[in-house]
Amino acid sequence: MTGRVLLGAALLVLLAFLARPGSFAPLFDPFTCNNAAAIYTQTPLWSLTLSHLALVGIAVLASTVVALVLAVLVTRPSGREFLPLARTITSVGQTFPPVAVLALAVPIMGFGAGPTLVALFLYGLLPVFENTLAGLTGQPRNVAEAARGMGLTPRQRLWQVDLPLALPVILGGMRLTAVISLGTATIGSTVAARTLGEVIIAGLLSANTAFVLQGGMVVGIIAVLIHAGFQGLERRAAARIGLAR
Amino acid sequence: MIEIRALTKIYDGTPAVEDVTLTVEPGQIAALVGTSGSGKTTLLRMINRLVEPTSGQVLIDGRDTREGPAHLLRRRIGYAIQGHGLFPHRTVAQNIGTVPRLLGWPAEKIRDRVDELLTLFQMEPDAFRDRMPFDLSGGQQQRVGVARALAAKPDLLLMDEPFGALDPVIRAKAQADLRDIQRRLGTTLILVTHDMEEAVTLGDRIAVMDKGRLVQYAPPSEILTAPATPFVRDLIGLDQRPFHLLSLTPAFALAAEGHAAGPVLPRDASLRDALAECLWSGRDALPVEGGGVITLAALRAQAAPAARAAE
Repeated sequence: MTGRVLLGAALLVLLAFLARPGSFAPLFDPFTCNNAAAIYTQTPLWSLTLSHLALVGIAVLASTVVALVLAVLVTRPSGREFLPLARTITSVGQTFPPVAVLALAVPIMGFGAGPTLVALFLYGLLPVFENTLAGLTGQPRNVAEAARGMGLTPRQRLWQVDLPLALPVILGGMRLTAVISLGTATIGSTVAARTLGEVIIAGLLSANTAFVLQGGMVVGIIAVLIHAGFQGLERRAAARIGLAR
Repeated sequence: MIEIRALTKIYDGTPAVEDVTLTVEPGQIAALVGTSGSGKTTLLRMINRLVEPTSGQVLIDGRDTREGPAHLLRRRIGYAIQGHGLFPHRTVAQNIGTVPRLLGWPAEKIRDRVDELLTLFQMEPDAFRDRMPFDLSGGQQQRVGVARALAAKPDLLLMDEPFGALDPVIRAKAQADLRDIQRRLGTTLILVTHDMEEAVTLGDRIAVMDKGRLVQYAPPSEILTAPATPFVRDLIGLDQRPFHLLSLTPAFALAAEGHAAGPVLPRDASLRDALAECLWSGRDALPVEGGGVITLAALRAQAAPAARAAE
């Protein structure tokens, strides 16, 4: 209950700040020096937030789709031998620093949102892949046995039994990917992607702590909200299959 | 009719089932008994091709099961397993309607069939149709599992330890209900169990498996009185033999002219129940519902196969 109230309050603060950042100026004033501006006004904060969210949304969607397909393929009898390869690809995607991905992608794709999307996509593969894998292979044995015994084809088993039962775990993977990407997306602004990182970088360049704080705050609150949103979905999906937690 | 001919399954050079031949007549119950690792489950799973045989044949009503794809075969055969295997994300009605839906029955026909089965298994359709499996008791889940296996009116029903997860009180009731329903529908039933008691209670014939081989396939009374090998005798358990034997015959079959005092024994109680009642109440004779009495002497004679054979 208190959790809900806090989340609601956080959402209100966020919306108020994005709608009228100017009215929060007194709050950020103490963090400025030499009469610098307290609120970033170069680009409207709400517009940066929207493009930040769009970037993250597209990246999460893309990595979810690819990771899901990969996980389904390597759990089929014909694809089993590709499991180690798929594991390697997704692990490398996670361990390769996003900054390095940006540096490598810019010469090919140029500045803008492209390199950031690639970096976030690669970075987000692992959680969804591993969770989907766990969800698909960790089915109750007698449910899979019953499904086969009643004459469901492999495809029917996948769509009607395996994926619905794995849904809570898959959502858990998407939650991790979304939260990680939300934070990581800020570095996209180093290569001219329009994200909330722009505010933070502007703050760093002009030694204006207020900018860094407000950029970080917006990203942080959104991350908490998205985290809670996914958890709500997971709980619902789990309750539907009798795994109420 | 189910004909199993020289069926063999070899895993990594070791036979799990070796050269098993047996026939199950329509409408009969065959119980496959054996210790764990005896191959009884593998044998069962070869009938609906969950396990593909290494060699040998299974014929259902004269047709080789290898004709056509396995999933179509399985939709014609009911399958119920230990721990029921209900789909946790589907309602009771959706679970029961699984195979009819796969077979493309119209929605209305499926709904009617679901209600019919729920009623048959003594579950009020309006109260249970939309419940989720996790919301049911163990006994109810088990009944839904069997109802699901019977949904598309299969002529053959395979069951793998269907009552294994139930506590003894519910199990006895579930067995009696199954027997009743099976008789009413005329379904052929092949049942795997490790429990000789269950095999004796349910089976018209019992197939005893040992190390992948079929050691004896005979009616329960014959298994009990003339075990083919020491293994079969051990499986029955020497201390349980007379009681198993008595449990095969209903009380009214042994009722004789006479008069006895005290509470009346139900007509369909087994001789085993009669013996228990004699011992417990200290009586030498019990009146049986519908007339006649059962005497302790008659029970004793019935429980001693040697004496019966000498008659």
